[in-house]
Amino acid sequence: MSRKKPTVYDEIRAQGYSRRDFLKFCGMMGAFLGLEASGITQMVKALETKPRLPLIWLHGQECTCCSESFIRSSHPIVADILLNKVSLDYTETLMAAAGHQAEAARQATMEKYKGEYLLLVEGSVPTKDDGVYCVIGGKTFENIVNEAAEGAKAVIAWGNCASSGCVQAANPNPTSATPIHKIVKGKPVINVQGCPPIAEVMAGVVVHLLTFDRLPQLDKHGRPKAFYSRRIHDTCYRRPNYDAGLFVESFDDDNARKGYCLYKMGCRGPVTYNSCGVIKWNNGVSFPIQSGHPCIGCSEANFWDNGPFYSHLPSFPGFGIEKNADDIGLALGAITATGIAAHAVATNIRKRRLIQSGRMKDKKQNSNT
Amino acid sequence: MDTQIKTAQYKEVYVWETPVRFYHWINAISILILSVTGYLIGNPPAITQAVEASYSYWFGIVRFIHFATAYVFFFNFLMRIYWGFVGNQYARWTNFIPFKKAQWKEVVDVLRVDIVQLQEKPLVKLGHNALASITYFLTFIAFVLMSLTGFGIYSAMSDSWFPQQFTWFVHLLGGDLPARQLHHILMWFFIVFAIIHIYLTIYHDYVERHGVLSSMIGGWKFAKDEDKKADQDSDTIENAEEKTI
Ligand code: HEM
Ligand code: SF4
Repeated sequence: MSRKKPTVYDEIRAQGYSRRDFLKFCGMMGAFLGLEASGITQMVKALETKPRLPLIWLHGQECTCCSESFIRSSHPIVADILLNKVSLDYTETLMAAAGHQAEAARQATMEKYKGEYLLLVEGSVPTKDDGVYCVIGGKTFENIVNEAAEGAKAVIAWGNCASSGCVQAANPNPTSATPIHKIVKGKPVINVQGCPPIAEVMAGVVVHLLTFDRLPQLDKHGRPKAFYSRRIHDTCYRRPNYDAGLFVESFDDDNARKGYCLYKMGCRGPVTYNSCGVIKWNNGVSFPIQSGHPCIGCSEANFWDNGPFYSHLPSFPGFGIEKNADDIGLALGAITATGIAAHAVATNIRKRRLIQSGRMKDKKQNSNT
Repeated sequence: MDTQIKTAQYKEVYVWETPVRFYHWINAISILILSVTGYLIGNPPAITQAVEASYSYWFGIVRFIHFATAYVFFFNFLMRIYWGFVGNQYARWTNFIPFKKAQWKEVVDVLRVDIVQLQEKPLVKLGHNALASITYFLTFIAFVLMSLTGFGIYSAMSDSWFPQQFTWFVHLLGGDLPARQLHHILMWFFIVFAIIHIYLTIYHDYVERHGVLSSMIGGWKFAKDEDKKADQDSDTIENAEEKTI
């Protein structure tokens, strides 16, 4: 077969998008990725010349909100072309095939594109009891992931489940839900954090891999720096209220109506790295804080265990859910003060004796002379 | 007459050298400032009537004071570690770590005499006693943790290279929230420490008559000849010479 494989651009055009649409898409992606103008040119070129990237998208212990988020991306090309029609070779939830047919499609892709395909994993891997808590087509999810990772060029862990276990890994983690980077060995894993991640971020990571053929810069938690290097707090439009010390005290107070900072309502913006304040959600319409709800920190590991969501300090480990560090600290302070009071009384009794025995000695000395 | 006039031979011993005294007070003041501002950062007061945000920046200023003081606190602490190697016998770092059996024995003695008051005769120790030394060692660990968590979370707010050196610690703890939580908890350690510390120094002055309270200002303690000898015999450093400046 001498026929050239269609490029991404060819497929986009074949779907009825104009070149203008295509360039707009590249411009948008470039902006999200923080590329300079030359980077955007590079992207255009890459998409024009490279064949589509084969993708295998696996689903483990998850709720599919990552997929839901992705298909609601603000630019139709993202969902329509990159995901639905062009690239996806296997994904349980979106593909037409089912059962053995679907499994066969996955096997075929893994063989045909060995070393070339991207493995995208949504969901965590239960490892307890030999992985029986997630079995697909007779195979444990752990096996499926390892098998698919073997021939993959790179692995993308979608969302908090795949990146750090999310709710099913929350204490006591009954199924030993494990994130992908702890399962897959010897392959680069990109953690696209969030519950779910922002669609544009997901698309941006795929486009980056396609364009530059190398991993984007990652932070210490394996998240692409382009999207996860700043805190929600640093990009939050309520920040001036924070600096001015103007806080919402309860959800129905006047301060809430005025749109003051949600810090005291438990906002995790100051400890959460994500792009919600910039890219926002649902075509840039809004994000949680904009709709009056504090950030719950869904792009950070263990966010479920760091509750309660509506108080600034998490509960103190081992002391029940409503006790925080300040309660414990105050109690300790009170105990200390009590101890000191008792000690002071004892000391005074002792000192009295000391003085008295001094007097006795003095008297003795006086009588001697 | 009931008044007691006694004559005893007291010698002055120069215990706390100038850098140690400066360290002590700079440390005390910065921890006070850090705790007050830190508490405000964690529990800002409710302001229900105020001008719009554009005209006010008080929370930002509280945070600024916290960060600026943090640097003072940190470098002052580094200075003290250095002085633990070059300072006099009372400042030596070896005092603070209970390597020796004798130190543990002394801890028990101190507990008996000073805390539960089972034994009457006061112990004589011109430097820190062993229990105090271990407590200070714990505070040093708390200082380190405070600096690691503090500069670690600060690295997100600053472009300067210095805080960036601490990001690994936040990663180790699993994120900014656990780091912040630890940072907040340790404040209570300092508060409890300060209450006990202030009480006990007053207590020692109250019953022992060595001038502990003023010693951190002037540096001298007062001891009878035999006290001084007893203290040097039990000292952890062999052939310790007394240095004066
Ligand atoms: C004895 C020393 C210190 C005490 C008692 C202290 C206390 C506190 C407390 C209670 C908080 C509030 C935490 C919360 O509830 O979120 C805080 C925040 C903070 N502290 Fe400290 N701190 C100390 C030293 C330091 C040091 C050495 C640094 C280093 C830069 C530092 C940097 C910070 C930062 C960056 C925050 C968060 C501020 C914000 O997000 O606006 N602290 N501190
Ligand atoms: S609402 Fe949350 S993210 Fe926004 S400024 Fe306040 S604390 Fe920061």
